[in-house]
Amino acid sequence: MFKKKECVAMLLAGGQGSRLYALTEKTAKPAVSFGGKYRIIDFPLSNCINSGVDTVGVLTQYQPLVLNDYIGNGLPWDLDRAQGGVKILPPYQGKNGADWYKGTANAIYQNLQFIYNYDPDYVLILSGDHIYKMDYDKMLKAHKDKGADCTIAVIDVPIEEASRFGIMSVDSEDRIFKFAEKPKNPDSTKASMGIYIFSKECLAKYLIQDAEDENSSNDFGKNIIPAMLANGEGLYAYSFSGYWKDVGTIDSLWEANMDLLGAHPTLNLADESWRIYSRHTANAPQYVGENAVIDNSSITEGCEIYGTVRNSVLGTGVKVLAGAVVEDSVIFDNVIIGENAKVSYSIIDSDVTVGASATVGKSRTDAKGITVIGTGIDVPVGTELADAKMIYNAKDLKEA
Amino acid sequence: MAVAGLIFSNIHNSSVPELTSVRTIASIPFGCRYRLIDFPLSAMVNSGVTKIGVIAHNNYQSLMDHIGTGKDWDLARRSGGIRILPPYITAYNSANGGKLYTTRLEALMGVTNFIARCTEDHVVLSDCDSVCSVNLRDVISAHEKSGADVTVITRTVRKDDVLPSEDATVVECDVNGRVIKFAGCTNNFDEAEISTNIVVAKRTFLLDIINDAASHGYTKFYLEALANRLEHARINAYHFDGVFLQIGSLVSYYKASMQLLTSDVRNELFNAPEKMVYTKLRNSSPTVYQSGSTVKNSLVADGCCIEGTVENSIIFRGVHVSRGAVVKNSILLQDTYVGTDTALNCVITDKNVVIRDGRNLSGHESVPFFLSKGSMI
Repeated sequence: MFKKKECVAMLLAGGQGSRLYALTEKTAKPAVSFGGKYRIIDFPLSNCINSGVDTVGVLTQYQPLVLNDYIGNGLPWDLDRAQGGVKILPPYQGKNGADWYKGTANAIYQNLQFIYNYDPDYVLILSGDHIYKMDYDKMLKAHKDKGADCTIAVIDVPIEEASRFGIMSVDSEDRIFKFAEKPKNPDSTKASMGIYIFSKECLAKYLIQDAEDENSSNDFGKNIIPAMLANGEGLYAYSFSGYWKDVGTIDSLWEANMDLLGAHPTLNLADESWRIYSRHTANAPQYVGENAVIDNSSITEGCEIYGTVRNSVLGTGVKVLAGAVVEDSVIFDNVIIGENAKVSYSIIDSDVTVGASATVGKSRTDAKGITVIGTGIDVPVGTELADAKMIYNAKDLKEA
Repeated sequence: MAVAGLIFSNIHNSSVPELTSVRTIASIPFGCRYRLIDFPLSAMVNSGVTKIGVIAHNNYQSLMDHIGTGKDWDLARRSGGIRILPPYITAYNSANGGKLYTTRLEALMGVTNFIARCTEDHVVLSDCDSVCSVNLRDVISAHEKSGADVTVITRTVRKDDVLPSEDATVVECDVNGRVIKFAGCTNNFDEAEISTNIVVAKRTFLLDIINDAASHGYTKFYLEALANRLEHARINAYHFDGVFLQIGSLVSYYKASMQLLTSDVRNELFNAPEKMVYTKLRNSSPTVYQSGSTVKNSLVADGCCIEGTVENSIIFRGVHVSRGAVVKNSILLQDTYVGTDTALNCVITDKNVVIRDGRNLSGHESVPFFLSKGSMI
């Protein structure tokens, strides 16, 4: 027996996140670490529970192991529910054969039965690629007030960046009359945030139509939205103003982490009125040694700092040994920075060991780009790793 | 073999009155993010003990709040798991006239039903007034191997060491580790072997001595109930010489906390495999160290904002140290707010204390300056 839910969320978490290179070699993008003790998916999941949406289907496909393990029963987000809660929805074999999720729309199409089970009036479509705090309930209210068939969350972007986004043109009532995916000459600055609320019947109708069209690439932005526009359905934009960042690239992931620092951070995770939840591990408190220097940094449980940390974000269980310097960097969980090693302008994935006196990256002012080290790599003692290097495995280290 | 656990949450309450006026000794905050009960609970869980009763007496709201469903210790179970055992008093008919227990043995009498309904072969008992790195799995297997009825974990104390405030019991053994005598503790010794009050007992034997005590009116666990059985039962001692931090007063609470700043103690308590210490999660964000902050030799929890200077201190979750503040040799409990240009030395603040701008407070190692919960100065 399923209990009716007003709104069910479907979280697209199957993307590879290929522009994060080494960081998504072994994990799906939504499971990439963020801000020390979080993962990207914590943001949409926390937003859901804070907005009163307690039924979330998470659609996984690419490297789901870490993600499945991380979500588990959903307890950290208060999503372990007798009715609803968080459910992992991998591709499956049906009567007519097995299919991978061919596109965002196809992924939802293949899970229509999950949606039908809860008999919702509305379906919220989310992606696991963005860092933001948003009350979906306000958006749902706007959707209801307008009597919309589909509401798309939009954010104002600078006109010079608008050609990187899906751009909506709206009338005075916020009704969308034109949608252009990554337009060369954008005529609006309202960029789609990849967050949609559909009225269920309408969503189902278009998904079924789309699935029958063999030429479709089964994508919300490319197929579903244009088809709905062409048929004159009521599509409305919901303007969101606040912190929102696509962390799909190394640079943007680094920037979003840096946004946590400073006396008045642009992204404040300590704000208790809109908590971001995460799965904790049982770590000891952080220890700061006698000769440690910590400046403008975010440090979390299990860390031991004996060296210097500046303008950096450290994950759980990171050890910065004596004489080591970490600056302008993002360090994921359980990394060891050896004695007198220097890490500058880098992102280091989990379980990496940087050997003593090794140098990783160049100072931010001189560097061509961010150096990235993939998970589990041992950087030998004394290694010198240049700036803007991408290290997937030990072989890359030798060549670098 | 299966082992059940029993934790005494109130015994020794009177030893740290400053911190137990609003809570049980079990729920005294310790080590940035823990409560004292987390240590025996985690030790039990790490040794495969998954049915645990927590004997409560009074003031146990904060304890219930802390334990919740037991999920954080993986003790929310269909069978077993954690159960709080509050006092059972009827107005009409009670063995001790409706009074609450005053001794360990009386506390055990109050939970006879729990013990009787367990199906486990052994029961491990522990207090909450110490932080100890003992591996209970080793103790339990030694207990089983020896076929003993009771195994008492003991440690060596020297003159001037902190003793448990009540019922410190000296344990005398023969060469085979068999206990030959229990004695009350006088302060007149250079070195003595005392009970840690962590005890593994055969469940049926434990029930037997409890029933026996009830019928004979015994009240003392070691000096009466166990001492009377020394001859016929096999009561062993298990010597432990790892980290054992006894909390018997506010001063020893202070000293025990400061011990966490030594790496050996931290490694033994937190960093050994199979020695995870679990606690209630608070979902704090990471701690932010602002530009201009200086932190040295300190243990810091998550959810803090450090703008000033912190040295040789223990900082709990959600503490705010403002610009220009200098915090030295202090213990600041959860959500303490330290204003700008303050100076603190040897201060212990309970939860939610506010220290206003420009205050200058100092205690001494031997008499730490204590600020009670929610006070503002």
